[in-house]
Amino acid sequence: MTDHTGPNVIKRRPDWAALCVAAGLAAIAALIAWDTSRLGAAGAYARIGPQTVPFAIAFCLAVLSAWTVFEALRGDFPEREKQEFAPVLWIVGGLIAQMVLLKVAGFSIATGVLFAMTARGFGRINLAIALPVGVVLAAMVWLIFAKLLQLSLPAAALEGWIAVGASWLFGGIASGFQVLWTFIQGLF
Amino acid sequence: METFGLLFQGLQVAILPINLLYALIGVTLGTAVGVLPGIGPALTVALLLPVTYRLDPAGSLIMFAGIYYGGMYGGSTTSILLNTPGESASIVTALEGNKMAKAGRGGPALATAAIGSFVAGLIATMGLAFIAPFVVTFALAFGPREYFALMVLAFVTVSAAFGDSTLRGLTSLFIGLALGIIGIDLQTGQARMSFAIPDLLDGIEVTTLAVAMFAIGETLFIAAQGARAPDKVEPVRGSLWMTAKDWGRSWKAWLRGTLIGFPIGAMPAGGAEIGTFFSYTLEKKLTKHPEEFGNGAIEGVAGPEAANNASAAGTLVPLLTLGLPTTATAAIMLAGFQQYGLQPGPLLFVSNPQLVWGLIASLLIANFMLLVLNLPLIGLWVRLLTIPKPWLYAGILMFATLGTIGANPSVFELGMLLAFGLLGFGLRVFGFPIAPVVVGLILGPLAEQQLRRALAISQGDVVVLFTSPIAAALFAIAAIALILPLILRARGKGQILSQMAADED
Repeated sequence: MTDHTGPNVIKRRPDWAALCVAAGLAAIAALIAWDTSRLGAAGAYARIGPQTVPFAIAFCLAVLSAWTVFEALRGDFPEREKQEFAPVLWIVGGLIAQMVLLKVAGFSIATGVLFAMTARGFGRINLAIALPVGVVLAAMVWLIFAKLLQLSLPAAALEGWIAVGASWLFGGIASGFQVLWTFIQGLF
Repeated sequence: METFGLLFQGLQVAILPINLLYALIGVTLGTAVGVLPGIGPALTVALLLPVTYRLDPAGSLIMFAGIYYGGMYGGSTTSILLNTPGESASIVTALEGNKMAKAGRGGPALATAAIGSFVAGLIATMGLAFIAPFVVTFALAFGPREYFALMVLAFVTVSAAFGDSTLRGLTSLFIGLALGIIGIDLQTGQARMSFAIPDLLDGIEVTTLAVAMFAIGETLFIAAQGARAPDKVEPVRGSLWMTAKDWGRSWKAWLRGTLIGFPIGAMPAGGAEIGTFFSYTLEKKLTKHPEEFGNGAIEGVAGPEAANNASAAGTLVPLLTLGLPTTATAAIMLAGFQQYGLQPGPLLFVSNPQLVWGLIASLLIANFMLLVLNLPLIGLWVRLLTIPKPWLYAGILMFATLGTIGANPSVFELGMLLAFGLLGFGLRVFGFPIAPVVVGLILGPLAEQQLRRALAISQGDVVVLFTSPIAAALFAIAAIALILPLILRARGKGQILSQMAADED
């Protein structure tokens, strides 16, 4: 980077990434303006209707886009640190995997996969360990939130077994207490 | 005083065992997320919104406020022992606190932070109780144009007044406002920006956006930084007890910090960070031991810590009395109120006094709980800091997606979570602030509603907005808050503003 050799270098290269941001803002502004122009002015009263505010927002975004272009050309945007993309891909991959697997494989397996892939993104984690850990943790979370707090979390075969297992376990504990109680009652 | 009577009634609500339990859960969770770097109170409240959907409103709101207070306490621990602020209001604490810990005075540093937070929390909560009724009587006279002006002021202070760039702050705000218009227009029933996708007709869920921005965006950003040298946790050395000298140097700083933090939080002027910065500067000027500043001066921990807790209580003043959130956490708490069909504002004090005063009274109780959690049990929280990063962030994402799946188990919602997560990552990479996006999404539709009401009353005459003295004054302040920082930055005095950036909480 020759840009930083001295304060005398005034003319910097345009910041292409920042120009992309400006293009994105302009695109959003155009999208809002296009969508809003299709709305009927039926509900408008005294020129104030559902179109007023979206048009104002679109206009402001267009101005901000122009301002961003200006700053990008002047090189006013802050330096960006080098980003590592491999970890980001692992995590995004994990989120996509969860999204795809959620309905098919249930909450525990889908979230376990997300857990393992996120952990892998952050360091040299053995997936053969992280995956079972994630599935077990997610199954525990499912049990607490879906069964105790009545949250509707997607269930598949695994969750069915967990629910049955848990009801056996708690049923067993409960009947154990019952036996103990009758035993204590029998003593007196 | 009427306030005492109301507060007493509130205490009766707050000491119900179930509400004490909610408060305890809230402060414990809050302390935990305050301690953990990377997640803050805003995210935690967002995660809990779907989970608490079926619970009692008073209990949930008590829990949310407990999380907010707890986050302010817990952040100091991370700042002092790890030199990485657990949440953004503790950045200043790290300056002196970590130096103290390195010099073997970690115990007194933690103690002055916790006791200072307690003193400030107590005074500021009482302040909230006494000021709120006055603001309410004042606010009852507000019409649509005054509310609109107030919201414009909040937009400006949250996005443009602080931080390192007016342009990027405003851009974040308008991204939030643009997301806010998605869905059915409440007054005419027309679908805006929904492109015939049924999932978009209800608009963007605040929780989905907040979780994506704060949890997923932050996780991606931290992951993208790659492996750096691990941060070193300073062990707590030295007694937790402060010497007489420590007390003597701390108590004035606590009171000054409270006096600075509370009004700044109470005005629609952005987050708790600003107060901590002013407090630090003031303590540095007033100290009798200037040579210690930069090497671990106890005043530099006591003042800012008191200021950030006082600000947290202060932010509840506009939130409860006007329905105006000035921080990301307050914005999500507003979503929490709306989830139960409650709209914070002057009318809530009339229609639901038990809820409001129960909430305020429970904050007093939460403060006592936090003092116990953060002094004798400090060792427990330090353990949290030793969780390795891969497991910590894997767990965060597990809970982040849990909240969204619980609220709406659809592939579309998870897709939005991912898309906004990537947006949050992009914003962070380019140095755009996050809080204005969230505030814009939640406050934008409310501001539009007030504007349309005001203009409908005036039959489209825009001049009417400025003829009310209150509205005109608020617009003038907003204009100053927008223009003055631009001039300061242009003249190269922007560093102060960027240090006061209200980023997350």
